[in-house]
Amino acid sequence: MDISYQGANTYIQTAGYALDPAKPTVCFVHGAGMDHAVWTLFVRHFSRNGYNAIAPDLRGHGRSGGDALTTIEGCAGWLLGLFDALGVGPVAVAGHSMGSLVALQAAADGGERVRAVALLGFGYPMAVGAPLLDAARANDHAAVDMMTIWGHDFAAQIGGHQVPGLSITNVTKRRLDAARPGVIHADLNACHTYTGGVDAAAKIKCPVTMILGDRDRMTPVRGAREFAKQLAGCRVEVIPGCGHGMMEEKPEQTHLALVKALA
Amino acid sequence: MSGPRYLGFDTLSLHAGQRPDPTTGSRATPIYQTTSFVFDDAARAAGLFSVGRAGYVYSRIANPTVSVLEERLAALEGGVGAVATGSGMAAIHVAISTLVGAGSHVVSSRALYGGTHNLLAYTLPRFGVETTFVDPRDPQAFARAIRPETKLVFAETVGNPRGEVLDIPAVAAIAHAAGVPLVIDATLTTPCLLKPFEHGADIVVHSLTKFIGGHGIAIGGAVVDAGRFDWEGSGRFPQLTERDMGLNELDFAEDFGPAAYIMRVRLEGLRDFGATLSPTNAFHLLQGLETLPLRMRRHVENARHIAEFLGGQPAVEQVTYAGLPNHPDYALAQRLLPQGCGAVFSFVLKGGRAAGRKFIDALQVFSHLANVGDAKSLVIHPASTTHARLSDEALAKAGIEEGLIRLSIGLEDPQDLVDDLTRALNVSQK
Repeated sequence: MDISYQGANTYIQTAGYALDPAKPTVCFVHGAGMDHAVWTLFVRHFSRNGYNAIAPDLRGHGRSGGDALTTIEGCAGWLLGLFDALGVGPVAVAGHSMGSLVALQAAADGGERVRAVALLGFGYPMAVGAPLLDAARANDHAAVDMMTIWGHDFAAQIGGHQVPGLSITNVTKRRLDAARPGVIHADLNACHTYTGGVDAAAKIKCPVTMILGDRDRMTPVRGAREFAKQLAGCRVEVIPGCGHGMMEEKPEQTHLALVKALA
Repeated sequence: MSGPRYLGFDTLSLHAGQRPDPTTGSRATPIYQTTSFVFDDAARAAGLFSVGRAGYVYSRIANPTVSVLEERLAALEGGVGAVATGSGMAAIHVAISTLVGAGSHVVSSRALYGGTHNLLAYTLPRFGVETTFVDPRDPQAFARAIRPETKLVFAETVGNPRGEVLDIPAVAAIAHAAGVPLVIDATLTTPCLLKPFEHGADIVVHSLTKFIGGHGIAIGGAVVDAGRFDWEGSGRFPQLTERDMGLNELDFAEDFGPAAYIMRVRLEGLRDFGATLSPTNAFHLLQGLETLPLRMRRHVENARHIAEFLGGQPAVEQVTYAGLPNHPDYALAQRLLPQGCGAVFSFVLKGGRAAGRKFIDALQVFSHLANVGDAKSLVIHPASTTHARLSDEALAKAGIEEGLIRLSIGLEDPQDLVDDLTRALNVSQK
């Protein structure tokens, strides 16, 4: 569905379902340079099992208009405002990579409007290396290549994935290729410069689950586990043989973890 | 600025799509010879049926052995995904039928494999789909033929038997300007020699039966999707841009983004038309694919050698091979096919049909049969086989000389091939 929100067209994937205020809502937030389609299997599952399932394209991404927001706090505020605009009640929020920072900040700022959080491919601080930031700033295709290769376990290039016949490497490349100029850099820089994680963690009252890949090269497990100590009662699920892109690399294990985290 | 490296073509030919079997450790791809797959529980079954979870249901739609082949082909072509089919013609049919409906129109090169020509010229019109055939050497002819109801442009990388080389970048630009995808049959070149997606094509089809298998023991085909075509922007494909109540309420472009087309090929094409590749044939084709880069280098080397040899023979009127400077597409071939123009070409023998028959019967290393792309060298004389019922006049109208011989050059010692051809050429002129 498309709505006009904050002066721009905003696209929200619902798998064709109308939102029902009587249902609980789950929201999925994509990562840097990506769009809603990374969540399709999960949106389809939850929408057919008693939930409003929404996966917005962040401002300036995918089918949403406007300029990309440049801070994690800005994205979190945008997301909370979107919940209000959609008239949905307490929301369970899952975010991946940059989206996990947005989910963390939204849970801190949203109070009772956020009832649970799942942080996938999470790390804090989410420092981005200079070669990647520089390439993204220059809209150099090397940024796409770095994100594609480092964004998955090495085995992802070999393949053998759970969705038959798809090349996850090439699907990721095409998604990143489709990002408008400047968007990948805006996203990566927002991750790189975000400093509110510790304060956000202290404010969060809702249940938090981290879903991590043990072969994640972008946000390694060790750092995420360390940060989890600052989140009261945070549950950590580690998916074996999985890199940063768990929704594509291990969709079934990610599904099972999300059902536990968001139900 | 350089980024990290992707795996190379030769490595992907061996490994893409397969990791050692997690249950047994089998290094080779296991043959999952099963029709169906047990669901862990009712919830997983419901999720699989509603396209809310990933996995296997029924081998008509997806099978783990076949998926290895599909993923490998997608990796080699640089596509987002592939669907394997029971034959090359099945691949062409499902590639086209995913895009067209009654009232649709296709623009196609007229330099086509006979089976493809038959599908477009005679079979699809019965279902309300018309085709306009154009000269592949005239890109503007494609532009002139496109209509509001056109859904795709179709052509082969290199024509058979004349070796017309398609100017893929030019034709792709014309197709895209009109909002339609370019579908390319790349059977004769394989991704070793030419990757059509790098030149602007949107969809590639293969007969895997030919060079990709290479051994001549298994029939198969595949459709590969570049994942770049703007289905929403085109406005001509509601089957990809609107929610389909007959297909799990999917809106393919919205739900699958760059994989929209190939997901519909699988979920509609295999489900409803059922032209599935068997796991055993997928296994056989994978064995061939592992050595494709090595074989194609030798195929091309031998083909160039034989073409040059034939060009110097007094019994030969003309050799049609785009790798020779006298071919009209030589310059284009140098640009698009720098590693070689494949190993299928033709020549015209002096002496017409009678000489052609004598030539064929005198060959001992070449096999006389209706196929191309085998590891063994193959030959056919259209005037006495595929086109035998045509009069001399009708043959000329079809552009086939009475003495036309088509060769598919294999991997034998090239001197043995030269000796075999020398013997047969001598016999043909007596």
